[in-house]
Amino acid sequence: MTPAEQDEVRRRQRSRAVIMAVLLGAFVILVYAISIAKMGMRG
Amino acid sequence: MATLTQSYALTADWRDFLALTKPRVMTLVVFTGLAGLLVAPAPIHPVLGFTAILCIALGAGAAAALNMWWEADIDALMKRTASRPLPAGRMDAQTALHFGVGLAFFSVVLMGVATNWLAAAILAVSILFYVFVYTIWLKRRTPQNIVIGGAAGAFPPVIGWAAATGDVTMLPVLLFALIFLWTPPHFWALSLFVRSDYAKAGVPMLPVVAGAKATRIQILLYTIPMSAAALAPWALGLAGTVYGVAAALLSGAFLILAFRVLASRAAEPAAMKAEKRLFAFSILYLFALFGALVADRWIGA
Repeated sequence: MTPAEQDEVRRRQRSRAVIMAVLLGAFVILVYAISIAKMGMRG
Repeated sequence: MATLTQSYALTADWRDFLALTKPRVMTLVVFTGLAGLLVAPAPIHPVLGFTAILCIALGAGAAAALNMWWEADIDALMKRTASRPLPAGRMDAQTALHFGVGLAFFSVVLMGVATNWLAAAILAVSILFYVFVYTIWLKRRTPQNIVIGGAAGAFPPVIGWAAATGDVTMLPVLLFALIFLWTPPHFWALSLFVRSDYAKAGVPMLPVVAGAKATRIQILLYTIPMSAAALAPWALGLAGTVYGVAAALLSGAFLILAFRVLASRAAEPAAMKAEKRLFAFSILYLFALFGALVADRWIGA
């Protein structure tokens, strides 16, 4: 791999990691909201 | 080989994963699923309703990814699809397979946990149907491929309804029938003016196998029961006048355009105005019809 290609791979890895982190964060918030909604329905 | 696969997997851009889910097809799936959810007689908590629609979208994305995984070889032969992540070589097949399977499981389990397991089961069936019955079994074997395969796209309103109510009654079944019967004229209109591509890839689309004339007749033949299915909710008293009027006007316009396609003798894609108009209108038709159904329910409530 040339240095330029290596840089491109690093860049894509970074952007994928950032998106994965955002999605995981969103998933945590969603599960929390689902839990609250379900508890509200029972109460 | 392992290192090569790995380096491919690492270099796939996030946009390629997004492209794998066919986001444009997803809009219609999300819209009809949302309509099914909104016309259901049982109110659903907004968070759970949002989650249900999210799961329908993710399930559709998973099915699309698995479809692209299986069809990379024929996608490479068609102009319209050659730039997709797999045929263009931006992603390896295994990554697409893992992504699709992972997303499918995630969407089904989340649906079950957030709403109910009937909705989750129907979602699972729709994904399996699209991947195994349509993509793997029928698409390359029979010109009736999209007739049966269209059933996969007809599930979203049923899933939305089931997510809200926990059961399936007459209205969601009629909405299923409507999309099921709508798919052949919608898709065959498209396949008339992109015929050369399908022929090149050896996909037995109706215009390729039976010719343009037979396809134009089939389009009209499906439009008639489709219109009946569109009017049925009103005729059976399951929807009000607003929906009934909208269904009659929209189906009437659809029939007129289908007759124009029948009368068309155009052989070259550039001259196929009637076919292109029907294809464009068919998308508007489904959006407007489901929109009218929701509006009708809200006005009536």
